[in-house]
Amino acid sequence: MDFLSPDFAPAYPEIFLLVMVCVVMLADLFAGEKHRYLAFFLALFALAGAAVLTYSTFSTEVSYTFSGMFVDDALSDTLKLLMYLTVATVLIYSRVYISKRGLLRGEFFSLALFATLGMMVMVSASHLLTLYLGLELLSLALYAMVALQRDSSVATEAAMKFFVLGALASGFLLYGMSMIYGATGTLHTPELTAVIRSGVMDHAVLVIGLVFVVAGISFKMSAVPFHMWAPDVYEGAPTAVTLFIGSAPKLAAFGFVMRLLVEGLGEMAADWQGMLALLAIASMAVGNIVAIAQSNIKRMLAYSTISHMGFVLLGFLAINENGYSAAMFYVIAYVLMTVAAFGIIMLLSREGFEADAISDFKGLNQRNSWVALIMMVVMLSMAGIPPMIGFYAKLSVLQAALEAGYLWLVISAVVLSLIGAFYYLRIIKFMYFDTPEITQPIVFKPDVRLLITVNGLAVVMLGIFPQMLMGLSLFAIQHSM
Amino acid sequence: MLFGFPLLSLIIWLPIIFGLVVLVMGDRNLKVTRWLSLVGAVAGFLVALPLYGGFDSSVSTMQFTERSVWFERLNVFYDLGVDGISMPLILLNCFTTPLVVIAGWEVIRERVSQYMGAFLIMSGIVNGVFASLDAVLFYTFWEASLIPMFIIIGVWGGPNRVYAAIKFFLYTLLGSLLMLVALIYLYQTSEGSFSILDYHQLPIPMTAQILIFIAFMLAFAVKVPMWPVHTWLPDAHVEAPTGGSVVLAAILLKLGGYGFLRFSLPITPDASQELAWLLILLSLVAVVYIGLVALMQQDMKKLIAYSSVSHMGFVTLGFFLFNAYGLEGAMVQMISHGFISGAMFLCVGVLYDRMHSRQISDYGGVVNKMPVFAAFFMLFAMANAGLPGTSGFVGEFMVIMGSIEVNFWYAFFAALTLIFGAAYTLWMYKRVIFGAVANQKVEGLQDISRREFSILAILALAVLLLGIYPLPLTEVMHVTVDNLLEHIARSKL
Repeated sequence: MDFLSPDFAPAYPEIFLLVMVCVVMLADLFAGEKHRYLAFFLALFALAGAAVLTYSTFSTEVSYTFSGMFVDDALSDTLKLLMYLTVATVLIYSRVYISKRGLLRGEFFSLALFATLGMMVMVSASHLLTLYLGLELLSLALYAMVALQRDSSVATEAAMKFFVLGALASGFLLYGMSMIYGATGTLHTPELTAVIRSGVMDHAVLVIGLVFVVAGISFKMSAVPFHMWAPDVYEGAPTAVTLFIGSAPKLAAFGFVMRLLVEGLGEMAADWQGMLALLAIASMAVGNIVAIAQSNIKRMLAYSTISHMGFVLLGFLAINENGYSAAMFYVIAYVLMTVAAFGIIMLLSREGFEADAISDFKGLNQRNSWVALIMMVVMLSMAGIPPMIGFYAKLSVLQAALEAGYLWLVISAVVLSLIGAFYYLRIIKFMYFDTPEITQPIVFKPDVRLLITVNGLAVVMLGIFPQMLMGLSLFAIQHSM
Repeated sequence: MLFGFPLLSLIIWLPIIFGLVVLVMGDRNLKVTRWLSLVGAVAGFLVALPLYGGFDSSVSTMQFTERSVWFERLNVFYDLGVDGISMPLILLNCFTTPLVVIAGWEVIRERVSQYMGAFLIMSGIVNGVFASLDAVLFYTFWEASLIPMFIIIGVWGGPNRVYAAIKFFLYTLLGSLLMLVALIYLYQTSEGSFSILDYHQLPIPMTAQILIFIAFMLAFAVKVPMWPVHTWLPDAHVEAPTGGSVVLAAILLKLGGYGFLRFSLPITPDASQELAWLLILLSLVAVVYIGLVALMQQDMKKLIAYSSVSHMGFVTLGFFLFNAYGLEGAMVQMISHGFISGAMFLCVGVLYDRMHSRQISDYGGVVNKMPVFAAFFMLFAMANAGLPGTSGFVGEFMVIMGSIEVNFWYAFFAALTLIFGAAYTLWMYKRVIFGAVANQKVEGLQDISRREFSILAILALAVLLLGIYPLPLTEVMHVTVDNLLEHIARSKL
């Protein structure tokens, strides 16, 4: 058997990032207490380098490598570029927060980069095992990040819960994959499509496999009824980690669904369409209704995430390029809003004080009207009020779902988003209508101030001019199918 | 477009830009902030004037049109234009904004820049609603108009402001979200168009028409507001600051009426005819029943709020009579109600600023201390009651004429409002203004300042002018209304 060296070019960004993770770990080992920021800058450099590498291979062509287990196409490149941007933003937002809580160590950054690597592998997988590999790399890094604050019992509990439930979901997923393999005899996603289309397989086994796979996916997307971990983890983890979990991994989850359900099991669309519709409605209902009862804003945003994931699933129902690109647009919009929201929560917290109760937002307008304005924009965007980006995201997915003939689903989604509007408005109410308990004004470091401004403006401007992002999503989807 | 100049864009964006500048200015120098707001509001009115001058009232097509691609994937255009229905409403809005800015001049002391900025931005947004010919653009402006009003009620409102603000927001959002579903459905049926004018020509089967009609009706009925979805209005009015009440009554309620004319009637004409009885019934309930409710109010603002609901009942009644008198009368009523209700709220605001009470029982004998004010208030109260010679009479009279053509009993019930309207308005006027000076606080009242005088005088002029000589208004809308009636008469099944 002769050994052919695979073509490494499509995987350059991953390889580079892996090397850089090791560099970060080693450098931090030898850097003294004074030079903790070294890891931070190295991590940003790693992301920038990976971005350059990804951008240089950005093309409309699809290239496979590692015996067809790894694919580099427009979808993976677009998602990766967005991930770098998101992770870099998250790291910059987190810097002050983690340094005040003794988390500014190499571990935080190397785990974050490992998680990023996992996400990259996920969105570039064209083989079920690669997909699983990426997912586990991401998950393990996240478990560790949640538990990073060792002396916090809440964080440890959250990590434990996350790990146990996550391992269970991975088990589901793997079991489902094995059934798919048993039914079709292949694990390569492109081949799966061909086999299913030819009809030479055991349909019953395949459907059971599909059910397990969808269950695994919904866990990762935190869709109801597999959402239990999300509120606890969001609340328990240090806010910097919550921000990380809530943002970039959702992009990866979208890529995961695209690779697994659309590329691999696209021929089974008739079967998974109904499942996703059910998951979507359940997520929107539970997410929006339970969020009203929350007094902790991190927990509230966890439920809001659950409902947003329901909306993302709506986009998949159309089973065409427009629908998928609508879902992708929604995910990107969601990440943009979430990063800003958690970013502000983190910026409001001080040493020994987490600004995670909703009442901590009381009178924010009087303490710092600019931040209050940005938070208001983000909340309105999440509620789907134009001209913020969240509205156009909702518009596209609703249109996709209606195109698929799910009128009842669209009407319920609309009614549920009305219920959702209430708790977003509540935040605005606290910020604008109430008087602050602490009158001390809030000041930020200039770089963070600039970043949060850009982030808030993006929520409005990309809403007023959604063409670019919508076009990007459509481009990515069209050139990878 | 006038000489290739994007006039409508200017009318929309100029106040918004001024509003943003005022917001950024902050409260460091209140004088500059106030003057800048006034300049922005007046400039907004001045740039809207060529709209009337350059308007060709002999055609029913859209004028001053602008069209460019907004986002391609969903086929959405930045598509603007006005006809005889929307043009007067834009003028009304631009006319009201300076008055609101002046009304809040000294009264608002906290967060002035945010207050003024919110009103200017809202003015631009509302112009956008009236000028949009693309459904997504329309919806964007429609929803966006909620945000400044929500903030205005919530921040500068009365004691129960949070409840009122959230109720206002959620009520309106419920209606508009169902409209969104209808719009997406129309997008699907029209094979990928969001153009409102395309929808006007689109054939739709009866069942779908009825469903679309109901979705639209919910959105617009909440805004108008029609009985029984009117309950947010008294709450919002009572809690809102004076400027907020004025804009709410004079402008935001008109959005609902405008929606019926732009969407419900032309897009679903068959369903409109089919369900006209329901709308007429609800309108008459509003006219009669809400008129009686107004009679019983102890709170002046609440009384005027209910009187608004009752008067807006005339508007929706006029729409669904499907004759020229009814439709034109309803349009005149909308404009006239904009002046009168705005003026009534300003009058209450004048009293409230001095006494910090809206209870009728706290007043009495105000005329002894504020004779000039009492004269103005008298004029507006008469107009509210529909006295001939004021604008209130013209619209109501035309609608009653229109309803006689259709059914005597419609006219009978509608005409009852002339009695109820006179009863609740004048009774309130009598209790507040006449009689002996009721208490020490009234004793200390001072008559209106020059600032207040100027606002009330402008409005009084408008009310009288429109009442004596309404032709300039009816002239511009005549052809558009006729065209709309013809359009409704054609089946779209």
